[in-house]
Amino acid sequence: MLKGGVIMDVTTADQARIAEDAGAVAVMALERVPADIRAEGGVARMADPAVIEEIMKVVTIPVMAKCRIGHFAEARSLEAIGVDYIDESEVLTPADESNHVDKHQFKVPFVCGAINLGEALRRISEGAAMIRTKGEAGTGNVVEAVRHMRAITSEIRRLGTLRDDELMAAAKELRSPYELVVEVSRNSELPVVNFSAGGIATPADAALMMHLGADGVFVGSGIFKSGEPGRMADAIVQATTHYEDAGLIARVSKGLGEPMKGLEIGEIDKENLIQFRGW
Amino acid sequence: MRIGVLALQGAVREHLEMIENCGARGEAVKLPSGLNGINGLVIPGGESTTIGKLIEKYGFSDSLIKLGTSGVPVFGTCAGLILLAGRVLERRAPTLELADVTVKRNAFGRQVDSFEQDIRVSGIEDEDRPFRAVFIRAPVITEVGPGVEVMAGLEHGIVMARDRHYLMGAFHPELTGDKRIHQYFINMVSRACPGAA
Repeated sequence: MLKGGVIMDVTTADQARIAEDAGAVAVMALERVPADIRAEGGVARMADPAVIEEIMKVVTIPVMAKCRIGHFAEARSLEAIGVDYIDESEVLTPADESNHVDKHQFKVPFVCGAINLGEALRRISEGAAMIRTKGEAGTGNVVEAVRHMRAITSEIRRLGTLRDDELMAAAKELRSPYELVVEVSRNSELPVVNFSAGGIATPADAALMMHLGADGVFVGSGIFKSGEPGRMADAIVQATTHYEDAGLIARVSKGLGEPMKGLEIGEIDKENLIQFRGW
Repeated sequence: MRIGVLALQGAVREHLEMIENCGARGEAVKLPSGLNGINGLVIPGGESTTIGKLIEKYGFSDSLIKLGTSGVPVFGTCAGLILLAGRVLERRAPTLELADVTVKRNAFGRQVDSFEQDIRVSGIEDEDRPFRAVFIRAPVITEVGPGVEVMAGLEHGIVMARDRHYLMGAFHPELTGDKRIHQYFINMVSRACPGAA
């Protein structure tokens, strides 16, 4: 049960321990954090199973790992290792530019990224058990995370205002299955949890995303690219729980040292934006 | 009647909704001061290490132990069960040690071993009608003290039990819409404080 929690990217067993000690609800086992993938370029693939297994050995919280979009053979390998969740992730280089993994064929639950409601519902229809808004990974810039969370929540609110005889047209517009559109319209929420990801770098960033309706947050490069990862991790966990308590957020934000440097989205070439991977 | 839900991490909103559906008032408790004056407390499922660490950080332990030992009913589900247990095998974070049971964490395995199953829970309303129980990386109770009433079990061990005013479940009763277990807890609270409406 991950709701209300923080999921942290880690690349080593030591980092995984720091994350667990800070109160992370899960860790994402990676070879490189998104900021390094972005800086180094090349093809980003599933992490070395030896690294993932080592991390699984040292923590008792759930361990997630990423496969490339559409790469069901990587997903099968991760399932065989016994990871707790698979993230079919745009942060890695896509393996299929048309199709995502048919997640219904797996026993292990999947989390998938989305930038709008239509994309979220397509992933849920393929079997995703959890959605995370994409943001722009590896930038330490929360602006895209905000854009995507606001897009999804406002589209959900809009569906709730429609008449039943308007929902087929809405499904067509969203390019999503009609049955899911009807369900979201009735319940005014997604049928799965929706976390926020991609650019969260400070305790206040995490609190902002919780205010905007996230069920929890993923923090990628923001922790282990900061000056004092243990303290940053601890502060982000507290800010996520107490997102409505401004005094507490101010207090835990004091003297945290250097946050990750971050990138202005406008300075990234359009073809290097990760969020547009996935369809 | 005011029922608090410890709101540090986990299925907080779902428990609040179930409590309201049973006709009581649900309150999210994020700091120890929120425990003042509540008639019962639910400790929800989540990650027990996360909840345990936040309990320690905000100095909740003493207030929660005081609340429990003063006789206020407490219902722990999944991670909440681990926090109530007197003894925890392979413990990673401090617990409250209030109830006379021994608990094993992640007793069924990892996330892929999570499952749903119809179980019989004795003592709840219409007890012969199965209760759909959702087990997510669930613990089990491996041993109970002499005064503990076992309410449900699987071959792995005990999954629901009551020790005096402590109610404990290994699964997530807040996720299925069946309010019989919450109603059972609310009835425990009503009996513990007849004055509260």
